[in-house]
Amino acid sequence: MARLVFRRIEQPGREYWAGLGVLAVLAMVGLWAAHVMELEGHVVTGMTNRVVWGLPHVFAVFLIVAASGALNAASIASVFGQADYKPYARLSGLIAIALLAGGLAVLVLDLGRPDRLIVAMTRYNFASIFAWNIFLYVGFVAIVAAYLVAMMDRELGRSDRWSKPIGWLAFLWRLVLTTGTGSIFGWLVAREAYDAAVLAPLFIASSLALGTAASIPILAACGRALGEPLLADDMLSRWQRLLAIFVAATLYFTALHHLTNLYASAHHGIERFLLLEGGGITQLFWIGQVGIGGVLPLALLLLSAPTMARLNLAAIMVLVGGLAQFYVVIIGGQVYPQTLFPGMEITSSFHDGEIAPYRASFYELALGLGGAAFALLLIGIGAALLPFLPRHPAR
Amino acid sequence: MSAPDRRELLRGLAGAATIALAPGVTLHVFEAQARAPDQKVSAKTRWGMLIDVGKCGDGCTACVEACKTENGWGGGTRSRTDAQWIRALTVRDPKTKAAVTLPMMCQHCANPPCVDVCPTGASFRRADGIVLVDKHICIGCRYCVMACPYGARSFVHEAVTDPKPHAPRGKGTVESCTLCVHRIDAGHEPACAEACADRAGGAMLFGDLNDPDSEIAKRVVRYRTVKVRADLGCDPGVAYRNL
Amino acid sequence: MTARGRLVLVAALAALVAVAAGAAALTRFKGTDRPHVPRGQGEACVADTDWIRRNHMVALDRQRDATVHEGLRTPRFSLAGCLACHAVAGEDGRAVTAADSRHFCRVCHDYAAVRVDCFDCHASRPERMAEAAGSKR
Repeated sequence: MARLVFRRIEQPGREYWAGLGVLAVLAMVGLWAAHVMELEGHVVTGMTNRVVWGLPHVFAVFLIVAASGALNAASIASVFGQADYKPYARLSGLIAIALLAGGLAVLVLDLGRPDRLIVAMTRYNFASIFAWNIFLYVGFVAIVAAYLVAMMDRELGRSDRWSKPIGWLAFLWRLVLTTGTGSIFGWLVAREAYDAAVLAPLFIASSLALGTAASIPILAACGRALGEPLLADDMLSRWQRLLAIFVAATLYFTALHHLTNLYASAHHGIERFLLLEGGGITQLFWIGQVGIGGVLPLALLLLSAPTMARLNLAAIMVLVGGLAQFYVVIIGGQVYPQTLFPGMEITSSFHDGEIAPYRASFYELALGLGGAAFALLLIGIGAALLPFLPRHPAR
Repeated sequence: MSAPDRRELLRGLAGAATIALAPGVTLHVFEAQARAPDQKVSAKTRWGMLIDVGKCGDGCTACVEACKTENGWGGGTRSRTDAQWIRALTVRDPKTKAAVTLPMMCQHCANPPCVDVCPTGASFRRADGIVLVDKHICIGCRYCVMACPYGARSFVHEAVTDPKPHAPRGKGTVESCTLCVHRIDAGHEPACAEACADRAGGAMLFGDLNDPDSEIAKRVVRYRTVKVRADLGCDPGVAYRNL
Repeated sequence: MTARGRLVLVAALAALVAVAAGAAALTRFKGTDRPHVPRGQGEACVADTDWIRRNHMVALDRQRDATVHEGLRTPRFSLAGCLACHAVAGEDGRAVTAADSRHFCRVCHDYAAVRVDCFDCHASRPERMAEAAGSKR
């Protein structure tokens, strides 16, 4: 096989600059929204004492989970020895770091006291999965950065002597990272929607699907900026199968999660709410998560001949489904009332026993979109500065 | 003076639990065991509360009002974002429609989930069993609110004006019942228990669960009591009777 | 850009610089008043004044951890103690809050341009002015 040659976007065109401009504006609006939230307090959001994690968390978890999955191409090349994916390895590392940075930015800016970030970095309670996640996220960025150096350095990149072991480390690290993110919810005994160990493998399956799905439109956009497609022929169908497998796995674990809950009658209330009576949440689950994010793209991927346009469409559907999925998990799990006295009805001035209303405010949406835009901005700038993109894709 | 001596002395000074002032009027005095200001809290004490729901009157909110006055919350008009340190919770059997109302607040667990999940250690359990938020290092992540099985914690959604000197409260941090830690350190019982004894049914008994001679320790072994969501294994410091 | 446009731009910038320099010079000549720190009500502070000026934040920081986590409530470096002794009466007879520039902490902190984080949560005045007088040591 010929030596791989990589390149950067050397002559950014009008479209590239326009795209970058839009992303920069979105990121700035997000930053402004965060500023307003810090100044006025969370009273300007739709969040309440019942729904304390709102739309920003949906975006943050989405981006972080997708980040770990975005490393798929690099892992498949380095860990599973599939040389065909090597052309995409560098870009997948860049996407992973960028999505994580975007997700963490949203998470941090949504804190009640973002000015105390230094406290979070210096004082740790190691019983908290949150504290572990700080290490997992920072470590992930460091490992993927080292991985990129091992692949891209003139000397180190000549062989896979360094990139292979670091690739292994990155692969294992991201499995732990997604387990950690899933466990933020999976270990909460206080809320019925969570408290399920299956949330961790479910998050891993989602990360594989979302990371792959996020990479596809980015590859398409980069190909457009280069004036030549980065996914063609054989690789197109391989990416298509890859995405299909991960989407199917996510559907499987989703079904497993709900069936397990349905088996225990104590969880019937929350399951009835999510699956039948939850109004918007129920619609988001069936139409968004299962339909647009699962069944439809799966059908599109398995039943039609591969074209870039179809693959792109399926990927975007999976991403929309992913947002719906985390909305259902995070918001749906909170609006359903906590059980203080099993079998009894409870009421109070604190709205115990009621389905909590939640409507995200503009500031939350702006912050979430701003984080996603920030991630894409990093990718756009990175791809123009350093040779992340393959010159001879999949030949 | 060694610690046990001091305790004996203080008990002698404030020992009488109830002093009769006139027929029908009683002054409730808590068995004070104030530490000296330079003495650290120790695990020899575990503060707790026994709430006799049978003495909670219908629609009575004496404890809630006392807490508001003491700790300076409750002035707002936004019921979904305003903090509530303690609330009157009505529990109704859906079949018989029989209902009781009880005070619900931080249960000061021995194994508090809020403390486990807090990334910075801002949520912590003081040696004497009081679960608190160190607002100096709280970053406002709200994970503890997610983790609390009792819905006992509130996030401060907007700026607080003129907080009480002994109960700092600030935008962007999480707060909950402190068991009136400032009063306990001064040898007084929590404001809710005092108000309940003075103005309502005397349903709230506060004391040291670790002291076998204390009234609360004696009653907890004598009567059948219930801890809310005991199945979760958090081991609350608050027990309910006649529930 | 035309030559004429460029000329106008340069002239405008030069004028801006001149005005800024003039304003700066005037301020320097006028000078800034040293802060007039209101006196406390007691006979002496809990520690040497020079030491307090340099180290009050360290003392308060240590006190806060000891009080919150270990229940130590020794009065010497208590924030409430500082505020009680150094309360400044306002027009309504009550002590002024940190929102007022006459507040004891603000007088110096405004001068040094150091933001005080304490009063985001803590009361910046005693509940009653009488309480302040009573706390004299």
